[in-house]
Amino acid sequence: MTEVFDVLRSPLPWYVAGPLIGLTVPLLLWLGNKGFGISANLRHVCAILLPERAKPGFFRYDWRAERWNLMFAAGLILGGFIAGALLANPQSTPLSSAGVQSVQALGVQVRPGLVPTELTDLSNPGVWVLLAVSGLLVGFGTRYGGGCTSGHAITGLSTLQGPSLIATVSFFAGGILSANLLLPLLMAVIR
Amino acid sequence: MTRTSNIPGVHAPVSSRRAATGLLLYLLAGLYFGVVLVKSEAASWYRIQEMFRFESFHMFGLMGSAVLTGMITTAWLRRSSVNSWDGQAIRITDKEKGWRRYVFGGLTFGVGWGLAGICPGPLFVLLGAGVWPILIVLVFALLGTYLYGVLKDRLPH
Repeated sequence: MTEVFDVLRSPLPWYVAGPLIGLTVPLLLWLGNKGFGISANLRHVCAILLPERAKPGFFRYDWRAERWNLMFAAGLILGGFIAGALLANPQSTPLSSAGVQSVQALGVQVRPGLVPTELTDLSNPGVWVLLAVSGLLVGFGTRYGGGCTSGHAITGLSTLQGPSLIATVSFFAGGILSANLLLPLLMAVIR
Repeated sequence: MTRTSNIPGVHAPVSSRRAATGLLLYLLAGLYFGVVLVKSEAASWYRIQEMFRFESFHMFGLMGSAVLTGMITTAWLRRSSVNSWDGQAIRITDKEKGWRRYVFGGLTFGVGWGLAGICPGPLFVLLGAGVWPILIVLVFALLGTYLYGVLKDRLPH
């Protein structure tokens, strides 16, 4: 029995997990011709929460027709609970030695868990700034760019959409820039 | 017998039950994807940092094999005569043409992704996993979405 749990708790190699991620695209097409994407949920939640009179035109649409997407997001939360809380990996993420060094250079220790405690320690005001700024950019950028990693990098590239290639290259350009330049600067200030 | 399903807002019992089953299927699809995001470590902050510094093949292998699998299976699905579960022909909605929004919006999202190592999928997954401080990211992501809605017409697309 403990061996079964050991297997359930351990991570999957990329060549197993990658194809499993890719299968989401035909799965959602088959379920109801849905383009797989997650960030649109942020728009739906705004459309639900905003009072009718204060709504910019962008949020005036029938969000009930997009309930499937909200259900998908609810499924993600449930999946996170099962895999990330009940069956959490007791080992640290097996990073490369270069990865471990870079992370430590940021002032972060490699420990078990999905997000390091240094970045979830809310007694540090700098952590609030980091999480807030990053959230703002993610929310603004995904709607401006019309999608996120799932919508453009996975679904868009899988279905040969030119705009998604432009978007994915831009995601990576932005990410490389912030992870290598902005984050080290910010971490030096907040830690 | 009258066909109640043609009256707006009134649906035959069978179709509403089917719709409810449909929603449940999307919940299960999300559950599946959420579990894979954790087990693949794509929801790990550490892996995202490693990826943006090109220090491991893991995330590139993960995304590459995901896209390849999606490409092959989607092409097969389109060519087959299989209909969707709700009886429609399989069709793919093309993304809007243009490049400006994809470059500017993409860069903005990318900078956010690199800063906290969190993109929208893992955002929901981490909440499920009980990483509560991610609520701050969610609240500000909603604020960012609202800001886009306000500024949309003044931005180049």
